[in-house]
This record gives sequence, structure tokens and C-alpha cells, in this order.
Amino acid sequence: MEKSIKSYFPIFLGPTFLAFIIGFIVPFLMGLYLSLCDFRTAADAKFIGLGNFVKAFQDGEFLHAFVFTALFTLTTVILINVLAFAVAMVLTNNVPGTNIFRTTFFMPNLIGGIVLGYIWQLVFNGILSRYDLALKISAKFGFWGLVVVICWQQIGYMMIIYIAGLQSIPSSLNEAAAIDGANSWQRLWSVTIPNMMPSITICLFLTLTNGFKLFDQNLSLTAGEPMKQTEMLALNIFNTFYSRVGYQGVGQAKAVIFFVLVVALGLIQLKMTRSREVQQ
Amino acid sequence: MKLKKTLSLVLAGALCVGALAGCGGGGTGGTGTPAPGGATPPPEGTPAGGSSAAGSVYYLNFKPEADAAWQELAAAYTAETGVEVKVQTAASGQYETTLMSEIAKTEAPTLFQVNGPVGLANWRDYCYDLTGSKVAGELSSDDFALMDGESMAGISYVIETYGIIVNTKLLGEAGYSLDDIKSFEDLKKVAEDITARKDELGFSAFTSAGMDGSSDWRFKTHLANLPIYFEYEADGIGDTDAIKGTYLDNYRAMWDLYINNCTCAPTLLSAKTGDDSVAEFVTEQAVFYQNGTWAYGDVADLGDENLGMLPIYLGVGDEANQGLCTGTENYWCVNSKAAPEDIQATLDFMYWCVTSETGLEYLCSGEHMGFVIPFKGNLESSNYLVNIANDYVSSGKTSVKWCFPTMPSEEWKNVLGSALTTYAADQTDANWETVRAAFVDNWAAEKAK
Repeated sequence: MEKSIKSYFPIFLGPTFLAFIIGFIVPFLMGLYLSLCDFRTAADAKFIGLGNFVKAFQDGEFLHAFVFTALFTLTTVILINVLAFAVAMVLTNNVPGTNIFRTTFFMPNLIGGIVLGYIWQLVFNGILSRYDLALKISAKFGFWGLVVVICWQQIGYMMIIYIAGLQSIPSSLNEAAAIDGANSWQRLWSVTIPNMMPSITICLFLTLTNGFKLFDQNLSLTAGEPMKQTEMLALNIFNTFYSRVGYQGVGQAKAVIFFVLVVALGLIQLKMTRSREVQQ
Repeated sequence: MKLKKTLSLVLAGALCVGALAGCGGGGTGGTGTPAPGGATPPPEGTPAGGSSAAGSVYYLNFKPEADAAWQELAAAYTAETGVEVKVQTAASGQYETTLMSEIAKTEAPTLFQVNGPVGLANWRDYCYDLTGSKVAGELSSDDFALMDGESMAGISYVIETYGIIVNTKLLGEAGYSLDDIKSFEDLKKVAEDITARKDELGFSAFTSAGMDGSSDWRFKTHLANLPIYFEYEADGIGDTDAIKGTYLDNYRAMWDLYINNCTCAPTLLSAKTGDDSVAEFVTEQAVFYQNGTWAYGDVADLGDENLGMLPIYLGVGDEANQGLCTGTENYWCVNSKAAPEDIQATLDFMYWCVTSETGLEYLCSGEHMGFVIPFKGNLESSNYLVNIANDYVSSGKTSVKWCFPTMPSEEWKNVLGSALTTYAADQTDANWETVRAAFVDNWAAEKAK
């Protein structure tokens, strides 16, 4: 077995690896280089050094977008994980219609982000217009609108991961704890959650990075209105790149900063939760 | 065993080829669907036929309302000459974005457009010098060329006019006629009277001043042109690095009039689209609709006898002699980085468009694009709004120039648009201060960039 894996791996890995190089590694390296250039299109770039990064850090809107994104991510990470965990607990307890509920909760994931944003924009505006209000006139509406959409979309996905985690905990652990006199809260905190840490690691990682990377829903739901107050990092980068003459390089520099930020946060989070995982 | 090994190698190879072909397809086919009804480009790898040797044309069109007509015109040209012409249209408000990604591709647009000096600054390196070309020789006046120093970077292909389109039938029902409106004060009086009697009349004064991306250019660009124009006139200049905002109070008065006398509450404007506005006008829910001659196709259903146009009065200058706003922000540029045969094919196509019978028919007829073109071959228009515009000129009114191509950047317009939306939702002096800052302070800031 081992031998055939050794001799056959290029055949299985080769095509995917090639696609990965073309679709990911090469654009990434080009992006790194372009962040140090003054350019209009990727074909004719002029090297200018770190000027783009200086401009990016001086940009107040970029900082605002960072704060807004951080707040948004914090809110959604907590909401999504708590709710998804709760739903998963309920749906592993032999509730009637479990399969229908699981499927229904998962379904919003199958809709693309842009479509989702526009649909929810209609829903929100439909409700708000009864009070002569609209989604784009207040940053508060925009913020909570985004939170609702993202929760609606992602809770189902995280729920599936949590359900898988819950089902893999041997029931003997909980039974033993119950016999020892632990009440249901004690069992949740001392038995279930420690055993769920691998699932929690994955879900936290996904929600954290999804929150920071959010673009589609932001673009279609609020487009940063009013006055860029609901503009998140990815949208800010996009707007820098496309709506300003000669700012393509700055947009690229922001994208590199963004990359470093997301990778750093993801790694810190992984390290923190990994250390709490227990072995059965 | 040997067979198995060979087979798996072949399969892996096939997968690689498939992946690569997918990428290749994304690079070229991804530039857009081929023109519906137009000639489909020959698949890659087929031997170059006569048409590719003669070059081909790829036009990135700016005007969504003219897309269908361009597709037909392109097909007609291909049928006549065998030269392949591909037309793709960018979504409203997405032209610069689309152009930026398209022009980086191998099969870049050979014909694109810029909106004037500011747009030219971004695309200067891509503009072929049109001096001495046949199509430039057809211009009715050299004023319609966009010069970059000595080089003719672009040529205008359409002259347009905007103002306030009026449903004269509804205006009559409200007890007024076009002759009653000769100044901003008159317009204000009529609009506020209609709003006061809104329930009794069954219609509003203005269509919704939608601030969705499909409609906000009517206010952040076209309406904003007027305070800029009057300031330029007063100062005797044609462009500036620091706008003073002399007539911003008039701009505010006009904006107040629009948003407080329209079909919906001002707080709802951020969600209203261009289509909403058209629908309200065509279904007779509102009397006034700010737009231009290009919108004739949308409003023609009301019947020419029910249509009129008014200048956008701002309460500034000689209102008795103020005309409509006439100008251009549509300059054709030929991509200088395209292959020489493609450049030649593009120049031939442009020349054919403005000289041949079919080309002129498509450009000028009200049934197709209904343009007034600044070329010698311009035909009498069947676009009724264009005729109204001509009447204003022949009766000696002074047209308002289009100064918005001198606006510093797209960013400037976007920030102004957001500020206007915010102000509409909550009409306080503090929010107007945001508009003023977006107009005056941001002008200097963006010009300096």
C-alpha cells in the first residue's frame, strides 16, 4: 500500500497542484510584487517601493473599515457559534422532524452571497419602508442587517459541524457523569464542551475568517452606505482599487496588509483553541 | 499492470489539459458572452481565416440603453464586411471597473470610451492618436475632439441634452402649462402646489430621486453640474483645482424641492432605482422627471404630445434665457496597445458607423439610439426630446455646458452621492455641511491626488 502511494502520488496530486499554482500561488506572488508598484493594469507596473503602504496606513477610511469589521466579526462569531451550538444540541435530542430541520437550517448556505444580499435588502427595505425608513440611511441598520444575513447563512453550516461533533462523544461519558450526580449544566461544561473542542476550533476558525473576509453580502446589502460607514475591509480594498485613478497600487498594498491580518488572527485562534482540545 | 499505469498517466494528463483549457477559456471567453445575434468568434485554434487577418473590433460600450442597437449594428457590419465586431456593455456605473479588468486581458477592447479630461488622465497611455484619421475628418467641428496636448486622444460620438422632462398632460390637469414655469421660483410654486393637492390630483410633482447606483448619477453628477457651471461662468474659468461652492445654497434648494415633492418619503430614496423613477413617470404618478434625451426610448410611450422639457432652473443668472444642459461625456478612444490590424479594423468600423447609411440610421434614428452625432453625416432626429432641445437652441436660449467631466474623480461623485442620501433622510444643517464638505473640501483633496 505504502509503496503504491509513493509511486502514484504525482498522478493524483499533480493536476490539482498545477491548478493551485496557476490559480493561487502565481496570482499571490504577483499581488505581492504589485503592492510595491504604481500600475493601472497588471501588465505594465512600475516599481516604487513602500509608498503604497504608507498611503494605506494614512487612510482614515481603511482604519474605520478595520474597526467596523472587527466589531462585526466579534458579534457574528459569538452569535453564530452560540446559536449553532444550541440548535445542534436540540437537533441531537431526538426531536421529531430532526432531518427536516437540519436540512432547512443548512439550506441558506447553498445561495450565493450576492443574491442573498439583494434578497435580504428587499426584505429589510420592505419592513423598514412601513416606518418610512430604509436600510442605507443608518449605519446601525446596516450593521445589524449584515449580522442577521450572515447569521442566517452560516448558522446552519456550523450546526452541521457541531452535530457531527456531538454525535462522536461516547454516550457512556455523559451517563457516567449523570450517575455521579452531575446536573445537565455541569455535564455540558465539564463533559460535552471539552470533548467538542475540535469542532469548536473549526467553527471558530471558519466564522472568524469569514467575518473578516466578508465581501459579497457587504457589497450587495449596503455597499458601504451611508457615507462608507458600513464599508468592511474587503469592500474598502475593492473600492480603493477600482474607483480612484492611480490608487490601484494602494488597493493592492491594503490587500497584502489584509492577508497578513487574517492569517495572523487565524493562527492565533487556532493555537489558543487547539491547546484546549482533549484526547479521549 | 503496464496498461493500468499507462491509462492512469493518460487520465491524469487529460485532467491537466482540462484544467489548463479551463483557465485559457476563462481568459478569453470570460471577456463576455458573444454578441447575441452577432457573429460568434471562431473557436481558438482554428486556422486564421480572412477575418482575423483583417483584424477584429471589440467595443466596450458605456450606454446600457443603447446595448441592443449596438449589437445589431455590429452584426450588420460583420454581415457587410466580414470583419468580426464584438460589443460588450458595462453595467450602469461599472464602466471604469469593467474597462480596467478588460484592458488587462489578451483580447482587450480595441474601442473604449473616456468621459473627458479626468477619464483621459487614467487612460492616457492607451489612447491612440486619432489625428488625421478618416473618422476624425468627419467631425463637424474640432471642438468635439478630446486633445491630450498635440495628440487627439478621443473624439466625441454623441451630443446629449438633459433637463426636466415634463408630462404636460398631467401638468395641465394640475392647472398649469409649461409657459407658467420660467424660473426656479415658478417651479417651486408649481411643485409645492401639486404636493399640497397630491391626494386630490392622484399624482406627485417629481419622480423619486432614487439614490441607488442606477439613478444617483442624475443628482451627484448631472444636477451637481449646475452649481459648478454657474460658478465657472461667474469666474470665467473652465476648470479649477479648488471649487468655492458659490451656488451651493441654490443646489440645496433644488435638492430640497426634489426630495420633498416626490412620490415617496425622502427617507426611502436610498432604495429607489432608475427603473422605479421611469416607471413612476410612465405610469403617470409624477409630472417631472430629471433626465435627458437618451431616455426618450423609456418615456416615448406617453406620446410625444404629452412630453415637454424644462431647463433645470437654479435661481441663478439670467433664468429667462437659460436653456437645457447640452454637452458630451462620451469620447471614443482607440486602444493604442492593440495589434495594428485591429486598430485599423477599429478605425474602419468607426468611419463606417458615422458615414454609411446603416450606421447613421442606427446612430441617429429614434427607433435605435436616437443620438445627435457631432459628425457631418448627422441625420434629422426622430427623437422628440432632441427636437425639443433643438427648439431651445434655435429660440436663442443659452445652453448650460456640461462641466462635470472636470469633476475630480469617481470617488468625489460617490462621496457626494452618499452625502446627498444622508441629507435626504435627515434634512439638518449638520448633514448639509457634510454635503458641502463633500463638494468643496473633497474637490480640492481629490484634485490634489
